[in-house]
Amino acid sequence: MLKQKCWYDYLWIFSAVYFALGLFNILFAWLGLICFITPLLMASIGGNKAYCNRFCGRGQLFELLGGKLGISRKKAPPGFLYSKWFRYGFLTFFMSMFFVMIYSTYLVFAGTTLREAVTLLWVFKLPWNWVDTSFVSPWIAQFAFGFYGVMLTSSALGLVTMLLFKPRSWCVYCPMGTMTQGICRLKHKKDDLNGTQSQTDRRAS
Amino acid sequence: MKKKVSISKLCVACGCCANSCPRGALVIHKGLYSISDEEKCVGCGKCADVCPACLISIIAKEGAAC
Repeated sequence: MLKQKCWYDYLWIFSAVYFALGLFNILFAWLGLICFITPLLMASIGGNKAYCNRFCGRGQLFELLGGKLGISRKKAPPGFLYSKWFRYGFLTFFMSMFFVMIYSTYLVFAGTTLREAVTLLWVFKLPWNWVDTSFVSPWIAQFAFGFYGVMLTSSALGLVTMLLFKPRSWCVYCPMGTMTQGICRLKHKKDDLNGTQSQTDRRAS
Repeated sequence: MKKKVSISKLCVACGCCANSCPRGALVIHKGLYSISDEEKCVGCGKCADVCPACLISIIAKEGAAC
């Protein structure tokens, strides 16, 4: 039985277009905030991981490349990848680097010179100076460089684990997935303590 | 032999299994883990194939004749 495709099954196009747009103009990197804020809102308001389950364009892109196009060994990932210490450890590391990026943006806001480079895997500085960003405040451009680096880094890691293991191995240790699962855990614990039904429960009943 | 799925407690609730199930037997419960409806599940194993952490296994249903 084949499932009918919905509009959200094509969100991988958004992910692909996002990275392409960033090549032409780094300021499009700001659009990535949608992928950052939406899952958090869905988890904190709806108490679910609907973003991961349905709307994650990046996950769909990995599924397409690794699954349908076969660019994956489709092997089981090592056990540590889905262990709690690794998932929460990686989330902590990822968020620390994210706050370093926010701090760099603040420094530029405070008067430091804009660095026109995208940092890949937190170490490699890729020069990205072919677009004129002088028509916006330097801190806006700095955030775009930093955020595009975060998105590129997570995609690069996702691609490597896609090649080595299962297509969506990234989902196992994705910081957003870990964070939203943690939010759902807290939210449902709170609902249980208050004796109120969560939205998920109400829908199910 | 009738089969069913067994899902590890380490499930990350990514939803790959639920999306792949041709009978809609799997759902993500409260964004925490995947659960299966034994009535709907036919043990085809598609969910086990797509699980990115290989946390799903196909086992024999209790009381099922081999």
